[in-house]
Amino acid sequence: MTDNDISKDLQQQVAQALSSRTALNIQAGNSKQFYGRAASGDVLDVSTHRGVINYEPTELVITARAGTPLKELEQLLADNNQMFGFEPPAFGDSATIGGTVACNFSGPRRAFAGSARDFVLGSTIINGKAEQLHFGGEVMKNVAGYDVSRLMCGALGTLGVLLEVSIKVLPRPETELTLVQELDTNASLAKVHELARQSLPVSATCFDGHRLHIRLSGAEAGVAAARKLLGGDTLPANDNFWHKLKEQQLEFFKSGGDLWRLSLASNGPNLGLNGKTLYEWNGAQRWLIGDDRADVIRDRAARHGGHATCFRSQHDTEQVFHPLDGGLLAIHRQLKRAFDPEAIFNPGRMYAEI
Amino acid sequence: MKLHKQDIIKALQGILPENAVLFEAEDLHPYECDGLSAYRRLPMVVALPDSVEQVQQILGFCYQNDIAVVARGAGTGLSGGALPDEQGVLLSLAKFNQVLEVDSEARQARVQPGVRNLAISQAVNKHGLYYAPDPSSQIACTIGGNVAENSGGVHCLKYGLTVHNIQQLKIVTIEGELLTIGGSGLDSAGYDLLALMTGSEGMLGVIVEVTVKLLPIPERAQVMLAAFDDVVKAGAAVGNIIAAGIIPAGLEMMDKLAIRAAEDFVHAGYPVDAQAILLCELDGSNSEVSEHILKVRAILQNSGATEVRTAKTDEERLTFWKGRKAAFPAVGRISPDYYCMDGTIPRKRLPEVLKNIADLSEEYGLAVANVFHAGDGNLHPLILYDANKPGELERTEEFGGKILELCVAVGGTITGEHGVGIEKINQMCVQFESAELIQFHAVKNAFDVKGLLNPGKAVPTLHRCAEFGAMHVHHGELRFPDLERF
Repeated sequence: MTDNDISKDLQQQVAQALSSRTALNIQAGNSKQFYGRAASGDVLDVSTHRGVINYEPTELVITARAGTPLKELEQLLADNNQMFGFEPPAFGDSATIGGTVACNFSGPRRAFAGSARDFVLGSTIINGKAEQLHFGGEVMKNVAGYDVSRLMCGALGTLGVLLEVSIKVLPRPETELTLVQELDTNASLAKVHELARQSLPVSATCFDGHRLHIRLSGAEAGVAAARKLLGGDTLPANDNFWHKLKEQQLEFFKSGGDLWRLSLASNGPNLGLNGKTLYEWNGAQRWLIGDDRADVIRDRAARHGGHATCFRSQHDTEQVFHPLDGGLLAIHRQLKRAFDPEAIFNPGRMYAEI
Repeated sequence: MKLHKQDIIKALQGILPENAVLFEAEDLHPYECDGLSAYRRLPMVVALPDSVEQVQQILGFCYQNDIAVVARGAGTGLSGGALPDEQGVLLSLAKFNQVLEVDSEARQARVQPGVRNLAISQAVNKHGLYYAPDPSSQIACTIGGNVAENSGGVHCLKYGLTVHNIQQLKIVTIEGELLTIGGSGLDSAGYDLLALMTGSEGMLGVIVEVTVKLLPIPERAQVMLAAFDDVVKAGAAVGNIIAAGIIPAGLEMMDKLAIRAAEDFVHAGYPVDAQAILLCELDGSNSEVSEHILKVRAILQNSGATEVRTAKTDEERLTFWKGRKAAFPAVGRISPDYYCMDGTIPRKRLPEVLKNIADLSEEYGLAVANVFHAGDGNLHPLILYDANKPGELERTEEFGGKILELCVAVGGTITGEHGVGIEKINQMCVQFESAELIQFHAVKNAFDVKGLLNPGKAVPTLHRCAEFGAMHVHHGELRFPDLERF
């Protein structure tokens, strides 16, 4: 694995941008360019800042430079019979760990094991004053200072440049299999909620509009017992269903139109929106492809305490993420100023105001 | 113009019923300290609101008049986070004690901040659900305080900390504005303010409602007890269990002094001649637990355990845990006072850290019992002392400070779950560089520009660090010169 530390270089580039008030477009693998509002500014290329700094399998933690390819890290973990518990989607071979954390992207296991943010233990960043700062650490319990490392997750680089991240890892389950049942939407959602209230080794669920997929992971005996209890057909091991799901390669994602991500309570109602919906995370993450207006979609999600993201669009979208209420927006602005006083990092990538 | 005490009392009495504003010395005394009783201070006035609107009005009033506010739940915190401000309002959230809504299908409960941790699990037990984080004070501590401290417990290796088990907060800002952070789903739009609020020690806002995630009660939980004649072997056994791909629900270690104290106190049947014991709890479905027990037993034996017992009944399981859960009061029986530390270290550094603690113990002439959340590296050394002996508390605090600095030196942290509060404020200067502390202050300013919420806690001023450094660095010598630093 390539080992290359360009942190001083990056810090210098940030310092220069700061003195000339030039906006920076932070980029590593550039696999997530589609996500968020349009980027602007000079490219700050983090992709050669690579390598594993520390990996101690029995401590269940890995620390890597932000530009390290996700693929390489996943291979290293697999060689040690471990994995990222949040099952990150990559959306391309060039995906890096830094980009994954900056987007807080989490896959099918998220509802059962946690999100990227849940597994981040520490980070080293460059803030908007061109200072290198370190927060959190490599230990699982750490409450010294504000949790800046988790604040970086999903901030789309608007608060700082990620240099290093420390992430908790998990052992790979001993065995895994997927059961499939032909059910309709209501029966599927009822089923996953029934299962969620029992002590079962479920690690992912997905209803694609026709069939309910349930993945079981864990100790041999536990998975075998759950399989017997649940019934249904077992998917062939080489089916790759969950991989195709997280990388949005299933048939569902292939049709045209904007792809919306709805996040709301798992038992939130059918929102009555046009188009087709795929349910993950027991119903807490819903993918929608339809033609309703953005404000209609957002309003329906918000009415049930959720939010809607225009995840992929054919055209430039002014508002990608759910608009923030006044009080929250004020805090976002103030936090942005606290980390990046001259607004040089990815301006407007998340919201026009930050 | 600064308001006088009488004016402040009058204004609060205008917001709250008369008996919900306390200002006579005898009424203030119950609030003079939290679980860290070495620090005591009387607040100017105690306010006991029972509605969100009242909290908003109180904070708005304090903001307008530059009055400090310290929020308080049950006061069980161990780092002085709820230590009152003499010129400020102590805002007790004790009256917010209702479970507002349980959604058993979505596995969520919406509760008020003054609800006790254990009361949540009790309220949802009928649905076969529970709230996972279980700090040892769970009978008394409140969920609002848990969020403020990001509390853990013995089960957080598998089930995470408070931050992993909540999904929405309602907070009131110092200006008196009510904000909803998080949402009904597993994430929300914008920055992760939920993570930022969790563990922020009452510095950023006042929590007035918490939506927690609930988990199904495991079909079966089983605990094993293993004895070791060497602490290093016990530490290695922990690594071996994890290397085998098993994440136990709980994995606790106690050293000889802690074992003996606990055994004398609760008669859990602990092997008192052991140098260390491990308690390993496995939970999940019946068949999964059966499979893991066989594996863990073999690992413990291969790691050199002199004895491995598996609790045969639920009663025996609880007895095994009883000794661990009673470890603090048990130590309290053998020493007039004890001081509980809370550092976290990378697990593999355990042998050298324990050796250094033993050396320091000898240097200071103060005994130490070690209780350890072994799975996640969270160490609770209990320093035994006698507050009535002149100077002993000061020596104890200095000794404790050195243990925390040792934790930082091996790549760990000064606090795993108890928080910084007032207690570890000096050690924050050891863990963080000036620029990092300045960044923390900038975060604080984003929420509370006047610095009125819990002033003087959690993040030290640079001035304080300069004084602390001047006091502690002698002849430019680094402490623990034998340790590798990173």
